[in-house]
Amino acid sequence: MRESLDQWDFVIAAYAVGILATLALVAWAWWDMKRAERRREEARRK
Amino acid sequence: MHGFANPKRFLSLARWLTPLLLVSGLVLAGAALAWGLFVVPPDQLMGETVRILFLHVPTAWLGMGGWTAIAIASAAYLVWRHPLADLAARAAAVPGMVFTAVCLATGSIWGRPTWGTWWVWDGRLTSMLVLLFLYFGYIALAQAVAREGGSSRIPAIFGLVGAINIPIINRSVVWWNSLHQPPSITAGKSAIDAEFLVPLLVAVLGFSLIFGGVLLARMRALLGDIQAEARLRRKANEAA
Repeated sequence: MRESLDQWDFVIAAYAVGILATLALVAWAWWDMKRAERRREEARRK
Repeated sequence: MHGFANPKRFLSLARWLTPLLLVSGLVLAGAALAWGLFVVPPDQLMGETVRILFLHVPTAWLGMGGWTAIAIASAAYLVWRHPLADLAARAAAVPGMVFTAVCLATGSIWGRPTWGTWWVWDGRLTSMLVLLFLYFGYIALAQAVAREGGSSRIPAIFGLVGAINIPIINRSVVWWNSLHQPPSITAGKSAIDAEFLVPLLVAVLGFSLIFGGVLLARMRALLGDIQAEARLRRKANEAA
């Protein structure tokens, strides 16, 4: 018996993984950069 | 090149380059993925799953590119002792690790309907998995060195030694029998039809720009933390 696989399910799963991981990476890198630069400015003002 | 090793000059360049790379990369990668998803026809052999390659190929390239960047920056640090070279190596680790993980995940998802299995222990897949573990090791080592105040030469040497895996990944489909197809694009030649090749190249360019933007953002984050700690330490010493 052959299992029937809908190829689109795999395409959507791969795109979801790839897009979410890339967006999370960009958001985290941007947020962490802003946090570190704020910390440097606060240290300069103290 | 040495001129950019000055943190002030680096920051004045990175301040406008970081958002530019990130925004242009996201737009290009998004357009390429939409092109791959909605415009490109199904492949004669792979069917609809060919669309996964518009994600899998750029992330594979950047997983290997990330470690190549670590190795080059580590060599520059060991030779010239530029602190920014050490920062560049450490900054390339997280995006390299994420893209390697996405490459493995999308490859596995592609493999199930195409090869009939999620995973095989063949040369290409195993050497890519080794690369992911090398990233884990490098990130843990670099964080431990930064926290404990050890020498940055240790992760730099690890980054250089780990680069031995890059040619192994690249040649694995030639050296060993593999389910993974041999290289489709070699110097000046491509076995891929233009209908697939053009969006694939746009995706590679888009994800490379994203990688560049994240790399600069990570360097700015690491530099900001180092400068904040140095200022706080100096003020604490002055007050004592």
